[in-house]
Amino acid sequence: MNAAAPQPPPEPAAAKKPARELAPALLGLLSASPFGLLMLFGFVAPLLCVVWFGFMPPKTFSLLQAPTLENYRTIFDQTYFKSILWSLGLAGGTVLVLLVICYPLAFAMAKIFRGGAAFVTYAIATSLFVSENIRLFGWVIGFMKKGVVGGTLAAWFDLQIDSLLYNVPVIILGMVYVYLPFMLFPLVLGLKMVPDQVREAAFDLGASRWQVFRRVDLPLSMPGVLIGSLLVFVLSVGAISEAKILGGQKVVTIAADIESEFTYAQNWPLGSAISTLFIALTTVVVFFALGRFDLEKLLGKKPSE
Amino acid sequence: MIVTRAQKTGFSLYAGLVLLVFYFPVFCIIVASLSKKRFFSFPYATSDMTLKWYADAASSAQVHDFVGVSLRIAAATAAASVAIGFFSALAYARYRWRGRQTFQRLVLLPLFFPQSVLGLALLMWFNFLDVTTAWWTAAIAHTVWIAPITTLIISIQAYGLDESLEEAARDMGASRWQILRKITFPLLLPGMITATCFAVLLSWGNFALSLFTTGADSALPEWLYARMTSGYQPMVPAVGVLNVILAVLLVLALFSVVHWSNRKARAARPAAH
Repeated sequence: MNAAAPQPPPEPAAAKKPARELAPALLGLLSASPFGLLMLFGFVAPLLCVVWFGFMPPKTFSLLQAPTLENYRTIFDQTYFKSILWSLGLAGGTVLVLLVICYPLAFAMAKIFRGGAAFVTYAIATSLFVSENIRLFGWVIGFMKKGVVGGTLAAWFDLQIDSLLYNVPVIILGMVYVYLPFMLFPLVLGLKMVPDQVREAAFDLGASRWQVFRRVDLPLSMPGVLIGSLLVFVLSVGAISEAKILGGQKVVTIAADIESEFTYAQNWPLGSAISTLFIALTTVVVFFALGRFDLEKLLGKKPSE
Repeated sequence: MIVTRAQKTGFSLYAGLVLLVFYFPVFCIIVASLSKKRFFSFPYATSDMTLKWYADAASSAQVHDFVGVSLRIAAATAAASVAIGFFSALAYARYRWRGRQTFQRLVLLPLFFPQSVLGLALLMWFNFLDVTTAWWTAAIAHTVWIAPITTLIISIQAYGLDESLEEAARDMGASRWQILRKITFPLLLPGMITATCFAVLLSWGNFALSLFTTGADSALPEWLYARMTSGYQPMVPAVGVLNVILAVLLVLALFSVVHWSNRKARAARPAAH
C-alpha cells in the first residue's frame, strides 16, 4: 500500500512535509468516525445488551440483576438444538441449490451476454426492493389449493392436486428465491475476474471443458463464490418469513424460536441467550470465511470487459 | 472470448427460464389482485376481473398511514446513511490510513448479520435506554444496516476518484473544506444518488428490522405480513402490486442515473480510450 502513496510534493512545499504526511491518517480516522459512532451506538452496544440479558434470571425485564446461567441450562435441556439444526440445514441447502442455479447464469452474464447482462441484472435487482413478504406471498397464491398452479392443472389437464405448500422443499424454494440476488451478483463479480486469456490458453493446451472449469474458472472466481455463499448462508440462517409464510408450522427455525420467546412467551432472557448462541455461531462462520479473501480485490479492481 | 451461436442460445434460454420462474410470484399477485371474489381461486372468468381493490387500497386511510410511516422511515434512513456513507467511503477507498483494513472489514459486519437478531438487539437496547420505539427508532435500525451498503456503493465511485484533481486543488491553495465541497463532493455525486435510491428502496421493503423497532407505528411490510399470515384481504395483493410498480419506477430512475453518469465519465475522459 505504501508503494502507491502519492509522490512527495516538489521543493517549495517540502518545509510543510511532516504535517502533510500526518494528514491522511487523521483524515481517514475523522471520516470513519461518524460510521464508527453509529456502529458503536447501533450495533456493538445492542449486541452487548443481548449478551448481558442472556445471563439475567428467566422472565424478567431488567438488566440490573445478579447474573445466572439458568437460561443456558434451559437451552441445552430442551429441544432448541433441533431448531438450530433445522436453520443450519435449510441455510446449507439453500446455498447449495443457489450455487448450482446461479453459476451458469453468472458465467453467461460475465462472459457471454453483452447487452443482455445489464437486462438480467436490472430484472433481478428490482426484486431486491420489493418486500420479501410480498414476493413470498406470490408463491402462496401460486401453490395454494385452487391457486394458479393447481387451478391451471385442474382446468387444462383435469388433474386435481392438493396444496403444494407447507413442506420443507417449498421453504427451500422460498429461500432460494429470496436470496438469489445475493448469490448471483457476487458470482458475476467473481467470474469477471477470470481473465479470458487464461481460459483460452487452457483450451489451446488441450484442456477439456470440465478441466477448465475445475482448474481455471472455479479457483479464480473463488472470492465471488465465497462471498455469495457466505452472504446467503448468514441471511438464510436468520430468515423468519420463509418458514412461516410458506412452511406453516411444519418447521421451527431458530429465528422463529427467538421471536416467540420475545412475543408470546415473554421470556426475554431466554430469547437473549438463544440469540447469543446464534450470534456466536454466525460470527465464527463469518470470521472464518472473511479471513480467507481480500475484499479490496473484488471492489477495487476494474472488471475485465 | 469466442462465443458460439449455440452457446449463446443455450445460455439465453437458461437465463430466460430463471427470469420466468423469478417473476412467477409477481404474476400470481397481479392475477390475484384483479380477481373480484372475496376468496381467490384460479382460473376465474374475465367477467370477474375488477380494479376495485386498487381503488380500495388507494382510498384506505389505514394504508395511507402505513405508507406514511414507511416513507418517513425511508427518507430519514436515506438522508442519514448517505451522509455517513459519504465520509466512510472516503475512509474506505480514498485515504490511506493505518486502520483502513480493519475498517473495511468492520463495514461489512452488519451486512453479514442476521437482521431479525439485530432488530431484537436494538429493541432491547432502546428498552434499556428507556426510549419508546416509534418510526424514528426504526430509522436508526435501518441506518445501521443500510449505511454499510451506501458506504460500499459510494466507495466504488471513490476508488475511481482521480487523486490528482484533489492534489491540484491543494497545490493551488484550496483548504481541506474547499476541496471536499468543490472537488470531492461533485465527483462522488453520481455514487451518492445511486446510494440514495438503494437506501430508500431497501428501507421501504425491509421487514425484519421494522418488525421489532417500529413500536406503535407500523410500516407497510409489517401490515402486509400480518394480513398474509392471518385474515387475508383481497386488498393485500393490490397493495403488493402497487409496491412492485413503485420499485420498478425507482429502479428505472436508478438506471438512467447510472447511464447518465457513465456517459458523463466517458465524455470527460476522451483520451483514455
